[in-house]
Amino acid sequence: MEDLFLLILQLLGATIRVATPLVLAAFAGMYCERAGVVDIGLEGKMLAGAFFAAAAAASTGSPWLGLLAAMAAGIALALIHGFACVTHNGNQVVSGMAINILVAGLAPTLAYAWFKQGGQTPLLPASARLPSVQMPGVEAINGVPVLGSIYRELIDDTNVLIWVTLLIVLATQWVLYRSRFGLRLRAVGENPAAVETAGISVTRLRYQALIVTGALTGMAGAYLSTGHGAGFVRDMTAGKGYLALAALIFGKWRPGPTLFACLLFAFTDAVQVRLQGVPLPGIGVIPVQFIQMLPYLLTVLLLAGFVGKAIAPKASGVPYVKER
Amino acid sequence: MVQSGSGHRQLGGQPGAVPGWVGYALLPLLNLVAAFALSGLVILVIGENPINVLSLMLTEAVGYPEAIGYTLYYTTDYIFTGLAVAIAFHCGLFNIGGEGQAYLGGLGAGLVALALTGWPWPIVAVLAIAASALLGAAWAFIPAWLQAKRGSHIVITTIMFNFIAASVMTYLLVDVLIRPGSQSPETREFDPGVWLPSMERALGWIGVTVPASPLNLSFLWALACCALFQIFLRHTRWGYELRTVGRNERAAVYAGISPSRNIIIAMLISGALAGFVGVNEILGVQHRVILNFTGGVGFVGIAVALMGRNHPIGIILAALLFGVLAQGGGQVSFEYPTINRELVMVIQGLVILFAGAMENLFKPQVEALFRRRAASAEPAAEAGRG
Repeated sequence: MEDLFLLILQLLGATIRVATPLVLAAFAGMYCERAGVVDIGLEGKMLAGAFFAAAAAASTGSPWLGLLAAMAAGIALALIHGFACVTHNGNQVVSGMAINILVAGLAPTLAYAWFKQGGQTPLLPASARLPSVQMPGVEAINGVPVLGSIYRELIDDTNVLIWVTLLIVLATQWVLYRSRFGLRLRAVGENPAAVETAGISVTRLRYQALIVTGALTGMAGAYLSTGHGAGFVRDMTAGKGYLALAALIFGKWRPGPTLFACLLFAFTDAVQVRLQGVPLPGIGVIPVQFIQMLPYLLTVLLLAGFVGKAIAPKASGVPYVKER
Repeated sequence: MVQSGSGHRQLGGQPGAVPGWVGYALLPLLNLVAAFALSGLVILVIGENPINVLSLMLTEAVGYPEAIGYTLYYTTDYIFTGLAVAIAFHCGLFNIGGEGQAYLGGLGAGLVALALTGWPWPIVAVLAIAASALLGAAWAFIPAWLQAKRGSHIVITTIMFNFIAASVMTYLLVDVLIRPGSQSPETREFDPGVWLPSMERALGWIGVTVPASPLNLSFLWALACCALFQIFLRHTRWGYELRTVGRNERAAVYAGISPSRNIIIAMLISGALAGFVGVNEILGVQHRVILNFTGGVGFVGIAVALMGRNHPIGIILAALLFGVLAQGGGQVSFEYPTINRELVMVIQGLVILFAGAMENLFKPQVEALFRRRAASAEPAAEAGRG
């Protein structure tokens, strides 16, 4: 019993660690998609964040400068996306795709040239990684049944970015539904012409949304390379940006459900690691690949309207051309 | 959805407007120049001379016969995926799933080649083409059906299907099709008798000697597909209906054309075309089904279709450009210790960004320039007549 409880706690801990970059990227996508800009370039921005965080942390020794560099890289790419899609009314899907391919090439190219370690950054020492937060009183509460284990396994020794992510989730819920900026953001994703009629610049709003997107994706990348990992490796994001996109759709572009989707996808991942080669009673061994494809399959089913209905922001993907 | 090719439609036509070649030649060229200028900057940042690197790239891609063979081998893949993306574009659809469809197409070609040991290669080739088309089309069918009948956004569903394809193929190669006793996830090698002949061998039959390269007969099939593509699209009723749906769905409904039917047809053809990558890669080069043989060809296809303005001739030229990049870029990494293969992806990404997403970047300036010239030329012409 005690073992099972501990196992569940460890699974939940792993879920939270896997979910953090997903949540950051999915919430990043929420800002720009609610503003009417489709972004399939989350993957690329995350990868750029991961590389620049590790590169800056490796050369300065400071994980905080790494985090800043990651966010700056994410924002720069988001602005390129904006320049192509908002300013020049380019195709948003093509632009996102271009950014993904560009970064998939650029990150290892720069890593190769700068660090000469075959497309990686050097292994970061603990001092150059984002720290975990040590909670007070772990020893004191350890003896308490249930609560002590939960506190020790889930709350204590948690990376600082996980706490930041929690704040961002709460803040996003407030910003989107309680602030003036959020109201305008949602309006510009549904009916940009109406927003423009009210004397608010659609272009400006969409750029603002994209800057938030860039900063959050950069943070997601920084978590991968300097929080969870200890350095940048080739193809570090491995499709997490697309998974975040799936979670965003699965969560119907709303904060609460999107958070849930990220946790669900992360949980399947955590379970999958443990289930490898373990036969289940009555079913036998489930091939890992089937669990891996589950999030994508669920998203397709949702999009097909078999599991609820996902309705995208109305103006999403449509360039706004001002009437003359 | 996607208003591809609308650029040159707006440009030409009206009297006194900008000549058509500006839209389909000058603007893409300017975008390309911009993309290569930025690529040069990246090369400069990593400490090499961009002119030397880029010219070495060109030499290594087209400088000698063997290199040309390699370049055309890459070009073959890009023609298939470029056509695949283009046919969907013509119906107003964005097929990002070329990657997954090509992957499944390779499975089809591979299964045929594995099953038909001892058969003559022409029969195997025809059946493999059919099988790769079938599986590629089947993989495109579900997103197509969901788009047509349930309104699920095809961009997202095809992305999801790429990942599902990757999982399915990994499962099949690791657990089902793997050569018994082998550690690496791949099938056994096909019997050499069923391999699709390489261009070296095929040209040898008519007494022409070329150096060995992965280039094989599927290159000719790619060119044939270009012709079939054009005939289907411009000279058949089906092609007309498909384009009508792409241009204006509502008008199509009024004309008695079913959008959902054409969406599905366009995606089936698209998936089949992408599936042919499997013929080139699996039957022509690898001679076994392996993991991740697609390596991003589906995504490059998007760039090829955009740059080629969804026209077969344009697609061949754009595919050639990306073939040069793939071959030349790979070779450059051998010569320069600071450069690795991924530099190709940087250039690809920049070309897609400039030629695809920012295709209108230079349009206002260029159009204004031509209008000014036309305006200053007209009074002179009238004066000449008077």
